[in-house]
Amino acid sequence: MSTSESRFNLYHYAAPQAFYPVAGKLAPIFAVIAAALTLAGLWIGFFKAPTDAVQGEVYRIIFIHVPAAWMSMFVFLVMAFWSAVGLAMNTRLSALMAQALAPTGAMFCFVALWTGALWGRPTWGAYWVWDARLTSQLLLLFLYLGYMALVAAVDDPRRRDKAGAILCLVGAVNVPIIYFSVKWWNTLHQGASVSLTKAPSMASIMLSGMLVMALAAWAYTIAVALYRVRVLILERERHADWVRGELTRLGEAN
Amino acid sequence: MIWESWSAFWEMGGSGPFVWASYGVTAILIIAELLLLRSRRVSSTRKLNRLMRAGQARKMPEVQGS
Repeated sequence: MSTSESRFNLYHYAAPQAFYPVAGKLAPIFAVIAAALTLAGLWIGFFKAPTDAVQGEVYRIIFIHVPAAWMSMFVFLVMAFWSAVGLAMNTRLSALMAQALAPTGAMFCFVALWTGALWGRPTWGAYWVWDARLTSQLLLLFLYLGYMALVAAVDDPRRRDKAGAILCLVGAVNVPIIYFSVKWWNTLHQGASVSLTKAPSMASIMLSGMLVMALAAWAYTIAVALYRVRVLILERERHADWVRGELTRLGEAN
Repeated sequence: MIWESWSAFWEMGGSGPFVWASYGVTAILIIAELLLLRSRRVSSTRKLNRLMRAGQARKMPEVQGS
């Protein structure tokens, strides 16, 4: 007993009751970070980054397109991770985390497609082409929407968590397909501008604007998912005594 | 400053509609997500509070009777 008390116990926070107040403390911090990084990123993107030699000004779409596309893929992988943890360890909170992330991932997925279309028209001459990158990204949007519809349709919480987790794990196969699609197939979409193994193929000020916006997207996603998981925890644990206390407190605050 | 004027900024070298439709729709979606999340939190806590009070009201007579 004494060892588990003296050490930081991660399992402690797997309990919804323990995680709920932690999420409440962390969410506003990430919200402030997200707002600050967004302002900084937009400042760099519109007032520091120069006009692109080839594309002119339209390339400035990159500052939302790439972070949104990265986020849409990454969020699905995180959902798959929580799904696997939930299936393996039977923890309620894992499935709630996946469910809390889904709408934000879907939003970023749509933003990636939308900004891509608006970038494609002036540079490729088409809003949409059925190439591997665009098609697999569209499939990701359908996976997000399918996951959200499935989770909303199943009434029994345990079956809901399990069904959602299986869809997430199967659907996650699509993420590497999106990422490597520009290598595996001959696509109209350009290859990766940024990778871990080689020097980035863009000006450093443009790159830093994009990375700041990517960090802003991370902070935003964390903040929104934490706010949302708090609501999901209250709904799921509504019969627990601590939730009754919290609901009374919230009812009085309203 | 890389822009000669504010009108040059809004024009984006002729790409204004594409750039601003990208940023505008993204901003609208983020604001919409935040508003939806807030309204869900409010409606959900209200509903759960109502259910809890209804449950307590049903239990009351038993408590008083015993």
